[in-house]
Amino acid sequence: MRAPAINRPPRFAIALVAIAAIIMLTPMLWVLILSFKDNTALMADTSSAFAPPWTLANYQSIIGEGQVFTWLMNSVIVSLAMTVGVLLLASLAGYGFARLEFPGRRLLFVVVLLGLAVPEQAVIIGRHQLFSTVSLHNSYTALVLPGLAMPFGVFLMTQYFRAIPKEIDEAALLDGASRLRIFWRILLPLTIPAQATLGIFTFFHAWNDYWWPLISATDRDMLTLTVGIAATQMNFAQTEGLGFLMAQAVFAGVPTLLVYLVFQRYLVRAVAGAAGQ
Amino acid sequence: MAGSAGSRSSGMWNRWSGALFVAPYLAVFVLMLAIPLVIGIRLSMTRGDLFGIKEFVGLDNFSRLLRDPVFLQTAWNTLHFVLLTVPAMTVIGLALALTLNNQTRWAAALRAVFFASTVLSVTVVTLVWRLVLIPEGGLAAVLAKVIGREPVAFLSEPALAMPSIAVTTIWWGIGLPMVLFLAALQQVPRDLYEAAALDNASRTRMLFSITLPSIRRTIVLVIMVGVILQFQLFGQPQLMTGGGPNNSTRPIVLFIYETGWKQWQLGYAAAASQVLFAMIAIVAMVQYWFSSRKDAT
Repeated sequence: MRAPAINRPPRFAIALVAIAAIIMLTPMLWVLILSFKDNTALMADTSSAFAPPWTLANYQSIIGEGQVFTWLMNSVIVSLAMTVGVLLLASLAGYGFARLEFPGRRLLFVVVLLGLAVPEQAVIIGRHQLFSTVSLHNSYTALVLPGLAMPFGVFLMTQYFRAIPKEIDEAALLDGASRLRIFWRILLPLTIPAQATLGIFTFFHAWNDYWWPLISATDRDMLTLTVGIAATQMNFAQTEGLGFLMAQAVFAGVPTLLVYLVFQRYLVRAVAGAAGQ
Repeated sequence: MAGSAGSRSSGMWNRWSGALFVAPYLAVFVLMLAIPLVIGIRLSMTRGDLFGIKEFVGLDNFSRLLRDPVFLQTAWNTLHFVLLTVPAMTVIGLALALTLNNQTRWAAALRAVFFASTVLSVTVVTLVWRLVLIPEGGLAAVLAKVIGREPVAFLSEPALAMPSIAVTTIWWGIGLPMVLFLAALQQVPRDLYEAAALDNASRTRMLFSITLPSIRRTIVLVIMVGVILQFQLFGQPQLMTGGGPNNSTRPIVLFIYETGWKQWQLGYAAAASQVLFAMIAIVAMVQYWFSSRKDAT
């Protein structure tokens, strides 16, 4: 009975949080209204954005200009491929580390865990050299492969497989099922919540990755949307298409916001898990 | 479990078949993480350029870094940025979590709002904030005009550029500390509060005597994760200021990027990245030490 009253925050806290929420939303709304404004009107005075006329012209130019769509497709392909790849590799490895015995298992798992502590900056130069040596820059392989090495997925899946009662696979073993079958038909369906968490986390990681695609994809047709938006804002100071630029920001931001709204629960859990390990 | 498997068949296959499950991941791990790491460490002891002509120079790159005023400036800038962002994000994240830790629909909506910016890419975030901060028609300038003030050139003023990038970053990343604190608050046993309420303890008293002590491990975690993340500052200054004005917003990672990919001094850039790696490793070890020591109380 009393608990709700205890947990109710004081009024000044609610007021401060409301103000903070306004600060969070205002920049997004500002960009949104700018994107609906004629470029020449904005050149004269950006505060004209608060009053009509508004227009869809900037969005029409995005659709007319093929490049942004190419980048969008690249982002979709790279993010989906990385997500599928990470789920597959991490599930196999997680099962192996959690359930099977083979020489060196403990040591290998510790090595993988140590990989969690290696920041991207420490490997990115070597990685870049590696891909230069085999001339694989500006390819989907180069954009996807490094992401598959993330140890976080293996860590998460190993923990998850360990939490599944062993009696389940022992019963199946007695029935004569092979390990692959136990993994694929019996245990994997039980890990769907973890798959969702890891999948959504990987998808966002891939979609928003900036440094690696920036140095690996130099060909304009191989840019991801994230890097493409950077390329278009490079000559920001001289731009005459402020509204067009803002429409691109909205265009790049809305897909992630939509995916976030749909998968909010899983994403929040994944992010908390990734930081907490 | 090895026993039950062993009774079915025997020999090499049985001993090693389990390794087949981890082999695909390990192959990628070695190729994309272990080998690049070794290449990087080797490079840091050479003088390499675009064409890969390398000469072994031992620790020369490292001693050169320590004498390079630009690198020292970037190390200071990085620290400055960490100090501007991490304490603020910890306090704000905690305040948000404490206020929004309830079941109402309003709280749920606001939690979604505060986390939403986290899902945007750095390029979208910087684009949004440049349009807020630029003196020619930015939102801040428009608002300044309304109250009759002169617009401020936030990003080209040496004293304001780094704080502006810090504000942008806090706006971008405040969702993470908030959800970490929310998760921790869920774990605090409710009966502690109920007992305190019976004793007529004040809200402030409960905060300092129950809530904060119960989530102290999460407080440490949030600070350490924040330090590690913000040490890696890169995209915001690269896109918003280019490291200027006067190098005042150039962090270590931007130094690595420009030394490596603009000047093609890969050996020197690799050395700088090892220094950053060492700094991050130290913070991670402190975090590990803190979290494993906990139950001593």
